[in-house]
Amino acid sequence: MSMAAAHDKTKEHVCWGGGCEHTHHHRLEVVGLSVRYQEVLALEKINFATECGRSMALIGPNGAGKSTLLKSLAGLIPSGGGKILWRGRPLTRSSHEIAYLPQRGDIDWNFPITVRGLVEMGRYPNLGWWRQYSRHDAEIVERALASMDLGALQNRQISALSGGQQQRAFIARALAQEAHVLLLDEPFTGLDKPAQENLARLFKELAVEGRLLIASHHDLQTVEGNFDDVILIRRHQVAFGPVSGAFTPANIAAAYNSELRAAN
Amino acid sequence: MPTITDFLAEPIARRALLACLMIGFANGFVSAFVVLRKDALKIGTISHSLLPGLAVAVLIAGLSQWSALTGAVFAALIVGLGSIFLSRTSRLDQDTSMGVLYTTAFAAGLLILKNLDVRQKLDEWLFGSIIGMADSDLWIAFGISAIAVITLTALQRPLLIYLFEPNIAASLGVPVRLLNYTTFAVTILVLVSSLQAVGCILSVGLMVAPAATIYLLTDNARALFWGGGILGALGSVTAFFLSYPLGWSVSATIIIVLGAFFLIAYTFSPKYGLFSRRRGVA
Repeated sequence: MSMAAAHDKTKEHVCWGGGCEHTHHHRLEVVGLSVRYQEVLALEKINFATECGRSMALIGPNGAGKSTLLKSLAGLIPSGGGKILWRGRPLTRSSHEIAYLPQRGDIDWNFPITVRGLVEMGRYPNLGWWRQYSRHDAEIVERALASMDLGALQNRQISALSGGQQQRAFIARALAQEAHVLLLDEPFTGLDKPAQENLARLFKELAVEGRLLIASHHDLQTVEGNFDDVILIRRHQVAFGPVSGAFTPANIAAAYNSELRAAN
Repeated sequence: MPTITDFLAEPIARRALLACLMIGFANGFVSAFVVLRKDALKIGTISHSLLPGLAVAVLIAGLSQWSALTGAVFAALIVGLGSIFLSRTSRLDQDTSMGVLYTTAFAAGLLILKNLDVRQKLDEWLFGSIIGMADSDLWIAFGISAIAVITLTALQRPLLIYLFEPNIAASLGVPVRLLNYTTFAVTILVLVSSLQAVGCILSVGLMVAPAATIYLLTDNARALFWGGGILGALGSVTAFFLSYPLGWSVSATIIIVLGAFFLIAYTFSPKYGLFSRRRGVA
């Protein structure tokens, strides 16, 4: 604790399971990351570094590799070169500290599972195949549900929720997983205006708690105000930095307009 | 005509009844996996490809329970892995490759069995012959059922995550590849054990209908496994008792009874039935 106090800007993670000391910022560093699908180069030389307590928008045209970047950060796609360092070490894919939240369209909403069952899945990385689901696990699930305001909906089947509630249910699972990094694929897509605003507010709260959020995003109007940092990609990296500095008309044009130039 | 109690006094009938119970339960249990995986058609394909496997095994090693089992497993592997190989080495997708492979294999199996001088009639492989079961058959069925239930129960936690999000489960640390192979092996074993009861054409019904019915009744994936098992056993035993007085074939009756259960759930399920208000919430 004294070390944490010495680091006056440090935000403590909310690590509900206990047993984790957070005395300095957790850094996520991506160095020269490339990803290939057979012969096609999907991502080329991505470089950025960020840390817990921040939120980052991942911006780029369709096919720019946004989902690919998120999935490779989640360890779901092998990298074809470069490094992903989490807390100074190469990332292993089954780290409970990294949570990946899929696009809405990738989820089978008719699956026979309730909100609570979904959130309980988040305990799997800690429980493994057979370890007893304990009172401690139940408490964590309870807190995750409560913090996403899902307590009253916990016994609903997941298709019987609104889009915003569904998004929150998946965030609750990431919280139950005690994830430090949340990778979200188009979390705002398909939500109505109030739900989008609600989600933006939640993002801020999660960042204040000391989590790192990286979300692919296509609405250029809402980047400012909702995110701290931005990375613009178009297979290669166009720009990275704080929104105020990197999200410039010139960079946006470089990410999107090369498409037009190539077509002409 | 002797009464059902006279009939049950026969060891043959008691063995058939036990077989219905065990095979029905194991297939119903595994059907939860098949339904959640949305793999019903693939199971149909694989079950058809068991026939040529049986035929070749009989051709090579003569007819025995073990040669039939081995042959069936090999056939399933060849069609299953062969279709993956074909789709990877050509521009065809896996379903297309499978469609060509399994019908070709099935046709070959028909010809071999027709021309082979086997005691067992072709019909029995196609449509099952539960009345002809020996004690050893029963033990094999029991062993396979036990393996299936124990394996799927032990793996339930990672398995449900895998079934819910096959492409993402790995990020939660679920051993996707291991689950893939294990569940494939269990499915094939159970499918083979069901051949005797319902034959290779109807077996897909026994391995889909029970959990498909429960799927319309519950929001709990675990209930799908146990409910599917219980329904599969109940349906098979009911069919056994119905088939005797009616003089129907046991295998066809099993599938008809399970189909009837399904239609009842489809129509009257309180939450997801035809007349339910909440139907179609998406």
